[in-house]
Amino acid sequence: MITIKNLHASVDGKEILRGINLEVKAGEIHAIMGPNGSGKSTLSNVLAGKQDYEVTEGEVTFNGKNLLDMEPDVRAKEGLFLAFQYPVEIPGVSNINFLKTALNEKRTYEGKSSMEAKDFLALVKEKQKLVELDGKLANRSVNEGFSGGEKKRNEIFQMAMLDPKLCILDETDSGLDIDALRVVANGVNTLKTKDKAYIVITHYQRLLDHIVPDFVHILYNGRIVKSGTKELALELEAKGYDEIKKEFENTPV
Amino acid sequence: MGNEILEQHIQSDYKWGFITDIDTETFAPGLNENVIHALSKKKNEPEWMLEYRLKAYKAWLTMKEPDHWAHVHYPKIDFNNISYYSAPKKKTELASLDEVDPELLKTFEKLGISLEEQKRLTGVSSNIAVDAVFDSVSVKTTFRETLLEKGVIFCSFSEAVQEHPELIKKYMGMVVPPTDNYYAALNAAVFSDGSFCYIPKGVRCPMELSTYFRINASGTGQFERTLIVADEGSYVSYLEGCTAPQRDENQLHAAVVEIIAHKDAEVKYSTVQNWYPGDKDGKGGIYNFVTKRGICSGDNSKISWTQVETGSAITWKYPSVILKGNNSIGEFYSVAVTNNKQEADTGTKMIHIGKNTRSTIISKGISAGFSNNSYRGLVQIRKGATNARNFSQCDSLLMGDKCGAHTFPYIEIKDKTAIVEHEATTSKIGEDQLFYCKQRGLDTEKAVGLIVNGYCKEVLNKLPMEFAVEAQKLLAVSLEGSVG
Repeated sequence: MITIKNLHASVDGKEILRGINLEVKAGEIHAIMGPNGSGKSTLSNVLAGKQDYEVTEGEVTFNGKNLLDMEPDVRAKEGLFLAFQYPVEIPGVSNINFLKTALNEKRTYEGKSSMEAKDFLALVKEKQKLVELDGKLANRSVNEGFSGGEKKRNEIFQMAMLDPKLCILDETDSGLDIDALRVVANGVNTLKTKDKAYIVITHYQRLLDHIVPDFVHILYNGRIVKSGTKELALELEAKGYDEIKKEFENTPV
Repeated sequence: MGNEILEQHIQSDYKWGFITDIDTETFAPGLNENVIHALSKKKNEPEWMLEYRLKAYKAWLTMKEPDHWAHVHYPKIDFNNISYYSAPKKKTELASLDEVDPELLKTFEKLGISLEEQKRLTGVSSNIAVDAVFDSVSVKTTFRETLLEKGVIFCSFSEAVQEHPELIKKYMGMVVPPTDNYYAALNAAVFSDGSFCYIPKGVRCPMELSTYFRINASGTGQFERTLIVADEGSYVSYLEGCTAPQRDENQLHAAVVEIIAHKDAEVKYSTVQNWYPGDKDGKGGIYNFVTKRGICSGDNSKISWTQVETGSAITWKYPSVILKGNNSIGEFYSVAVTNNKQEADTGTKMIHIGKNTRSTIISKGISAGFSNNSYRGLVQIRKGATNARNFSQCDSLLMGDKCGAHTFPYIEIKDKTAIVEHEATTSKIGEDQLFYCKQRGLDTEKAVGLIVNGYCKEVLNKLPMEFAVEAQKLLAVSLEGSVG
């Protein structure tokens, strides 16, 4: 699905990613863990194509195409979805209108006709249930006045609506209470198919109790320093990040 | 990346910039008493109208062109370099006076305005009466007979002077006297045409009335007058649209709009102003110096201005309401967009005189490119205007870092019982918002359009349906390429 080779990226001339290698295949869930400042969010932003992040070296292939050559909206239309750590508010634009525009843009890209209003609303109804999103929220402005938990659920709702191939969840668990966490995780698990892949970025093991990863990678100082299976996350939880820091802080880049 | 998109779009953006090739009768440039005599004669005006014009002209001569106070910049206008009358020549072969030159019909058709009553426009219902003004003359007013059945008079200003002199004499200049300001005086002296409408007592106007202004001839100015009188207990919704060809020269548009709302009457006036804004370097474009004012003369009357301003090189415009009647209501909803080198200084005046008068001001400014966008508004509560209320909200949205947004609120309160609220915000169109939209598959233009329309929603919601759709598209087009 996605192959990342020796990816280097900087912000304001400061190198944050220093040679990331990662391969994610369809049907797999990869967790990326790491302490603050290790480059987790930078990785998700670079993959989604955010301005201000300069890729200085390396390549990323997404379904056989060069991802780094694509505009952010093209990446999205090609099936890359980023569930934001901090979803932004867009006042005056209803969630429904926003999603309808997004969905139809994608359909146009795929050479399909726009969705009929009736079918669209049926889809909204179905997917809303998945994340137990209040029907009223769909008609409110995008994320405006939503609680932290509602915002995160809204991200998963959008994900469900747009049906992407690769989903990157950027600290989706931050700011969620246990119940909301379970709702979000259930949504993700229900949406899981053998054609989709997930990259789950998180600080904590607790999300991984609900979304069980096939692989766990530890990101530190802009590189993946350790990879393993779900047990690695438990080990990390037990030992804390300090062990990792000690072990790898003097590794030359 | 941003600049490339910007350059690609700007030149091709203005879709209304074509020129109609038509024989015209145009006065030589220049302004003096002879020109006014000639103009009045051309229109076969009664003596009192000529005198009105000459009086205004003499007053104008003694006045000084306003400078300094408005936040706009333009070279001094040479008023002797403007032609004050240009009209398409009537073709002799036309069978009746009511017939319109097909070339003109085509022009308005191209602008999306149908002058054939039975014909539906694309996306616009046929339930709108149109007065079509081409340069200095009204070429056709539709649905006149249908309206007359209800007693509603809707015709060109020139015809009203001939057919309803008593109404014109009574109301013209009542809200905007000829000496009100420099451009109002100029207009009173040289106005060429415009629309007149009168809604009789207790009548709810059965359709929306509208005027479409088109400047075509070069080297001319357009000086039209609109007069709307809503008699006791009546209601009318009025729409105004305007476009002009794309030219390197600047053209002056100095209009006057007067609204009179009697007791229990309501007038809703909506404008989508789309004059040619000039090119990306600020060359060409219309100078839009307009005086618009209404008076709620009777108790419980209401006047509501809604404007979407996307065009003109320079906009200088303050649709205002004098709240004279007790319990009267004034509203001003505005979206003003400036891009490239456009400058807009626009806002409103709410003058509270009657008791329990209420006014609402919602202004949304959007600046992009190298433009300057100012809100200037006055809320005046006179002595004796007990329990007057005003709420003002002025928001500015900046796109890019080369443009400016300014707010100049003036508040004068002479009555202790007044409650006046003013809120103002300035925000930048967020990179984060744009990125969020793009990550969901919207390209830059779509994303900007969506965000801006969301920002203007409170105002766009006030527009009649047909206008709202047009305004939304226009906003997107006006801002195309303004964010990279």
